[in-house]
Amino acid sequence: MIDFNLLPLLPEIFLSLTAMGFLIVGVCRGHESMQVVSWASVLSYAFCGILLLSMSWDTEIVLNDMFKFDRFAGLMKLLILLGLIISVALSVRYLKQEGIARFEYPVLVTLAGIGMMLMVSSNNLLSLYMGLELQSLSLYVLASFNRNSLKSSEAGVKYFVLGSLSSGMLLFGISLIYGFVGSVDFGAIGNTLASLQNVPFGVTFGLVFILAGLAFKISAVPFHMWTPDVYQGAPTSVTALFAIIPKIAAMGLLIRLLFEPFASIADQWGQIIYFLSLASMIVGSFAAIMQENIKRLMAYSSIGNMGYALIGVVAGTQGGVAAVILYLIIYLVMTSGVFTVILSMRRDGSDYEKISDLRGMSQSNPVMAYAMAILMFSMSGIPPMAGFFGKLLIFEAAIAQELYILAVFGVLSSVVAAYYYLRIVKVMFFEEEGDAFDGDLPFARRIVLFVSVMFVLAFAIKPGLIVASTQGAASVLFAGL
Amino acid sequence: MFEFSLLSAMTFLPLAGVVIILFIRGEQEYVARNSRYVALFTSVFTFAFGLFMFLQFDSASAEFQFVEKSNWFKPFGISYHMGVDGISLFFILLSVFLTPICILASWESIKVRVKEYMIAFLVLETFMIGTFCALDTVLFYTFFEGVLIPMFLIIGIWGGQRRVYASYKFFLYTLLGSVLMLLALLTLYAQVGSTDIIVLMDNPVARDLQMWLWLAFFASFAVKMPMWPVHTWLPDAHVEAPTAGSVILAGVLLKMGGYGFLRFSLPMFPEASLFFAPMVYWLSIIAIIYTSLIALVQEDMKKLIAYSSVAHMGFVTLGIFTATTQGVEGGIFQMLSHGLISAALFLCVGVLYDRLHTREILRYGGLVKNMPKYATVFMIFVLGSVGLPGTSGFIGEFLSLLGAFQVDMLIAALASIGVVLGAAYMLILYRRVIFGVQVNKDAAGMPDLNNREYGILLSIIVLVLWLGLFPNVVLDRVSPSVDKLLTEYHSKLEVAAGFGNVIVGVEGEQVK
Repeated sequence: MIDFNLLPLLPEIFLSLTAMGFLIVGVCRGHESMQVVSWASVLSYAFCGILLLSMSWDTEIVLNDMFKFDRFAGLMKLLILLGLIISVALSVRYLKQEGIARFEYPVLVTLAGIGMMLMVSSNNLLSLYMGLELQSLSLYVLASFNRNSLKSSEAGVKYFVLGSLSSGMLLFGISLIYGFVGSVDFGAIGNTLASLQNVPFGVTFGLVFILAGLAFKISAVPFHMWTPDVYQGAPTSVTALFAIIPKIAAMGLLIRLLFEPFASIADQWGQIIYFLSLASMIVGSFAAIMQENIKRLMAYSSIGNMGYALIGVVAGTQGGVAAVILYLIIYLVMTSGVFTVILSMRRDGSDYEKISDLRGMSQSNPVMAYAMAILMFSMSGIPPMAGFFGKLLIFEAAIAQELYILAVFGVLSSVVAAYYYLRIVKVMFFEEEGDAFDGDLPFARRIVLFVSVMFVLAFAIKPGLIVASTQGAASVLFAGL
Repeated sequence: MFEFSLLSAMTFLPLAGVVIILFIRGEQEYVARNSRYVALFTSVFTFAFGLFMFLQFDSASAEFQFVEKSNWFKPFGISYHMGVDGISLFFILLSVFLTPICILASWESIKVRVKEYMIAFLVLETFMIGTFCALDTVLFYTFFEGVLIPMFLIIGIWGGQRRVYASYKFFLYTLLGSVLMLLALLTLYAQVGSTDIIVLMDNPVARDLQMWLWLAFFASFAVKMPMWPVHTWLPDAHVEAPTAGSVILAGVLLKMGGYGFLRFSLPMFPEASLFFAPMVYWLSIIAIIYTSLIALVQEDMKKLIAYSSVAHMGFVTLGIFTATTQGVEGGIFQMLSHGLISAALFLCVGVLYDRLHTREILRYGGLVKNMPKYATVFMIFVLGSVGLPGTSGFIGEFLSLLGAFQVDMLIAALASIGVVLGAAYMLILYRRVIFGVQVNKDAAGMPDLNNREYGILLSIIVLVLWLGLFPNVVLDRVSPSVDKLLTEYHSKLEVAAGFGNVIVGVEGEQVK
């Protein structure tokens, strides 16, 4: 019987159509249309979000079990759309300033977005791979979007080569799983594995490869090498995009994969994630200390943050997954704010990206400096900022599962991380006045910065709604157990 | 209805002041002046709230008063729970009293970024009050840690030469201690199923776990206190901080450690407290004697007072862990008295620093000739710090030692040496600064206290003498809570001794 219910796919279909439409507009109108296409894309993301909210959020599996929509996917998609809105809104001015205002940019971002939305909804190893590749290929192009810049091209190539390698590993893992389980369907894999007494060696082996591929996408140590270089080389607006959304999508995918088909062999993947988490936290915090470039610093910071998020996965409970989702939400908001500031580090028409360029910013650009300071304190997990509560719930989940060692290393590395976040505050506030950056922020950046700072400050006042929605999203993954 | 939200109103009132200050725009001079006034009025209002609370406080009751409770993180049962008992009452009063003093003390000495400075102090005040009011561990931690942010900025922006180093050291030291406490809080939550301090007090966990948790809390509070050997951030922070920063640091922030011991360590981990008490005694003794000796050789006035703070806090920890009525009450009293006296001493140093911009003892001398009023005021505080009967310093030290003598004669005798050493370094400081020949011309030409400085210091003198002569104002209100604390402490120990180690078990289920 042919299953042809496309309703749950509506947001993806809508976005695909707009992406193609904008592509045609761009081809006809040339590169001047970049601005129009960008804002139109932002509107389409917003509309897509409304569409998503108006859908029924009950679990539905369609397209011959290839695609699954549930509350988890819904929430992750909302986050992805929010990230898309932010990153495109932040890019417009930057692309024009850098002279790379080409209409392909918003289209590629949209395509990447569709890929990510498919990833978090995949219910089959092949649809997983398809979503992942759609995302990755768009991102490779975006990384080298500034083709006149050597660094940007290098970043693109590096990302592409390493990314392909990881995709290869993923595909190899998938083939092993298929060979030993006999299916690529999540439900079938789950049932088969649950019924087995002993897990076949090939399954474990395949799982390791799949995890290696995915660890690359979330840049968990030891698959993090590309992150600093790509972050530094890519145009800053693309770096912002990299930092904000793909991590969320890949984490969503990882969670779905581990808690649905591979839930019954949690003892197998638990140790791997444990190590990834521990290593990411430690490397993320120590390696960032030495960085001079703020984009590289944010790269290590994102590595560390993924390490914290993985703690919740290791905990393997509903509370743990809910904590991861909350952590990702807060991370998305904080990172958006931070990159708004980084994008605005411009003076006399050129980009500045050294930490020392922030010198004395509290005097020259006080609003930006205070926003950045608040975000930095939040990143380092100091209450009453939102970042603290994200960490709090992650550690709560870890302690509830008696993962004491992981928790202790987690908090200790957060102290180390606090050191480098504080360094930015120090440069901005404690050092003598430097040259001012161009002060007039575009409207979109003002909004993003304001909202992210307000969120960070006010989260503690009424956390109920967000916490409840993460709980709800996590609960569907555990409904079948 | 009014009393219902008294604590919240008092806690968050300073933030209202922050909002007002944020909206002040215009000429730099105009902004600075208005920020000062708004900050002062806000903190005075908050102080009025504090006084109102003091008058409404039922001194016969050992229960928490002015309690507020509402849901916060609903799925986790973390609540916004505030309340005051005899132990926290006076720390709140100390916070709301010292903040306006700090703002007044910075009236002229802070010239740059006045607006930000005032905002930092008001935010700090909110966090300080919140720390002492919170009856939920997560809420407590939120306020307790939040203090770091404004203090980091105060030291780092308005501090002295090595301010960056000092602010980092302060921040990272305290953070390192606190994150371990955070894990301990979460472990307690996992075991007992609640973050409510009252529930946690009534449900002690297993003995082995108590040991670990006690150590984690100790890491945080010992750094905050600070106890030897984790005290090294304090002299740096004090020396580099602006005067008002030192005042609030010595006056209130150090007390959070002692308060933590009373609120968490003793009631929640009685067996561990008993087990580790000898270690605390010896650390206290080392702090008292060793840091007193260091204080003796200091050439920097602020550093000297900073080391004396470590020594005085030694009496506090000693008193608290004797777990006797006198010891604990003495510890609390000593913290209050030290909060006033050391704050005043830092203000006295600030007075000199404002005039000559140096804290070196050698640069002064013979000030009694040109600054007679200052000499008198300074003397009162020096004697208070020494513990002269009639000042509040005496009561605190006396009671803590009394408690110590009941527990261990040797410890108490060693601690008493500290009293003598304390007298030595403070009197030497006084002699070198105030008496002697006036060798430094610029020091000899300094004007005496102006009315603002005189007023500030006089108000503290009144309190120091009042508490010294009528200690029952404090002790009457403190003792019901302390009695309750100690009765429960000893009964928990008896239960534990009676049943061996088996109070483990099912508390978690019972609470849920």
